[in-house]
Amino acid sequence: MDLFEYQARDLFAKHGVPVLAGEVIDTPEAAREVTERLGGRSVVKAQVKVGGRGKAGGVKLASSPDDAVEKAGQILGMDIKGHTVHKVMLAETAPEIAEEYYVSYLLDRTNRTFLAMASVEGGMDIEEVAATKPEALAKIPVDANEGVTPEKAREIVAAAKFPAEVADQVADILVTLWKTFIAEDALLVEVNPLAKVADGRVIALDGKVSLDANADFRQPGHEALEDKAAANPLEAAAKAKNLNYVKLDGEVGIIGNGAGLVMSTLDVVAYAGENHGGVKPANFLDIGGGASAEVMANGLEIILGDPDVKSVFVNVFGGITACDEVANGIVQALELLKSKGEDVTKPLVVRLDGNNAELGRKILSDANHPLVQRVDTMDGAADKAAELAAK
Amino acid sequence: MAIFLTKDSKVIVQGMTGATGMKHTKLMLGDGTNIVGGVNPRKAGTTVDFDGTEVPVFGTVAEAMKETGADVSVLFVPPAFAKAAVVEAIDAEIPLAVVITEGIAVHDSAAFWAHAVSKGNKTRIIGPNCPGLITPGQSNAGIIPGDITKPGRIGLVSKSGTLTYQMMYELRDIGFSSAVGIGGDPVVGTTHIDALAAFEADPETELIVMIGEIGGDAEERAAEFIKANVTKPVVGYVAGFTAPEGKTMGHAGAIVSGSSGTAQAKKEALEAAGVKVGKTPTETAKLARELLQG
Repeated sequence: MDLFEYQARDLFAKHGVPVLAGEVIDTPEAAREVTERLGGRSVVKAQVKVGGRGKAGGVKLASSPDDAVEKAGQILGMDIKGHTVHKVMLAETAPEIAEEYYVSYLLDRTNRTFLAMASVEGGMDIEEVAATKPEALAKIPVDANEGVTPEKAREIVAAAKFPAEVADQVADILVTLWKTFIAEDALLVEVNPLAKVADGRVIALDGKVSLDANADFRQPGHEALEDKAAANPLEAAAKAKNLNYVKLDGEVGIIGNGAGLVMSTLDVVAYAGENHGGVKPANFLDIGGGASAEVMANGLEIILGDPDVKSVFVNVFGGITACDEVANGIVQALELLKSKGEDVTKPLVVRLDGNNAELGRKILSDANHPLVQRVDTMDGAADKAAELAAK
Repeated sequence: MAIFLTKDSKVIVQGMTGATGMKHTKLMLGDGTNIVGGVNPRKAGTTVDFDGTEVPVFGTVAEAMKETGADVSVLFVPPAFAKAAVVEAIDAEIPLAVVITEGIAVHDSAAFWAHAVSKGNKTRIIGPNCPGLITPGQSNAGIIPGDITKPGRIGLVSKSGTLTYQMMYELRDIGFSSAVGIGGDPVVGTTHIDALAAFEADPETELIVMIGEIGGDAEERAAEFIKANVTKPVVGYVAGFTAPEGKTMGHAGAIVSGSSGTAQAKKEALEAAGVKVGKTPTETAKLARELLQG
């Protein structure tokens, strides 16, 4: 989960990374009181999870509380690269910036370790620095069990060639930023820019944090950081039912078991769609290995509730869970939906293969549901589902 | 022959006495796996009956190894306790630890991987978030259905469980030397490259099927390895062409970030290394069949 800047700022502050005072608001009027608290001036910053907001006009200096109300009013509701601004952060105005640096910690998948990245050329897109001036970006592996000690921090400072007068401050920040990374189970913590201001202090002026959802069980505070307002309503409904669902922009609803098989199903449907007016998959939905009637019913309910869906492709490979159980699950799920008064009006194409496939197919044939069609190969079933969606 | 797992493997199960552990221990025994013990400190000294097979429970991995000569551990330990269990297996220096558990925090898997490295990589880790591995007709360490296929000439390595089953099913008449599910997490212990190297060295494997998916650059690196080191034919499949940028697709590691980790880039890298890449699982199986039947 990627966080907003203000949430990253709060986590930095919690773990001792120096930041400027700031508060988040969602109405222009609220900007007056906050700006008064911040000393009569503020920087009004759009809160969107996308880069380039400054260029898009999403960051403005407010010279008075009244001006802050006006600027907040201009920025709230603004569209930045497809993201609507619902919140702005009002930050204390920074003393004049002398230098801009960059520091981050992230997972290095390739080397299966954590990585510290640091540069004295901050303030701009770091991928651009990495591409055009790779020597200006120091990359230092960090052992997951040893972490960033003061000694390791000095190693990073030296590798990135931070000026001597900020070396101690930056080393301290690297240690507290590592605390943030570990304590919050983050996949990424990034400070850009890390600024040296006129009075000599080094401060995190903007930051990014991404959190690991697999750590939610030991991070009770993280649920509150979710941007529930921005979540797609279908994705939110699926999440409430513990379903692994991603909304896409096509017309063929997809249910399958196992993440790899479902990803593959999306691709196969998209290929088949090329022959049927360009129809595409409407979602990713992995109902997992069990595929009980209840889980199947929950999944169908979400997918049939998507107005974009014109047909549904249920693609199941029976592994440990046999296909007869899955077929019974589908039949019961349709009955369950009917008993709840939900009209199933969209055609379903079902492909069952693997363990007890024959028995499963027979159960579907015997049930003889008017909307359910059986196709026994994955490619063939994808073609049928695409054809039905194109009608 | 086979890779990583044979009929001589002596398998223990960490987390055997939990519901998932019980279910799959029974299935593994049914597939002929030589399961010599379970590990649970609270139930040490007891035995568990699986349809007439009495499996002893030990307090620690080290004790189980000492008593039984176990050389493989399969872990069905819940995410919150998985790191401690894997570290225990590493400290006991068991040669192979198969981590089935899904949902382990990345900081935990990075920590146990770093621990394995600091201990000199005496323990091969497979997973986490994987279906394990099977050597048909000999042994099954994990949750891959044992009755899909028979012993044969194809070696399979895959990030995905269900695509492993699908591919084994499509090629069930030819059979497999071993099939290894390496898992879909961002940090995994055994990579495509490790399995490719082992299949290349295995005289009974004639062709290798490699299944990848979006996220990271494991497939690109595997392609380079194939180009330089693999003489056997390799057929590939990559899932996730239609996955949108920035969305996790079921597996924690399956995410396209910016322009990196795309299925298209992986496919192109594999093809540049001479790997025939199928457009769908069925087409991939067909390519493998054609190569074997020449």
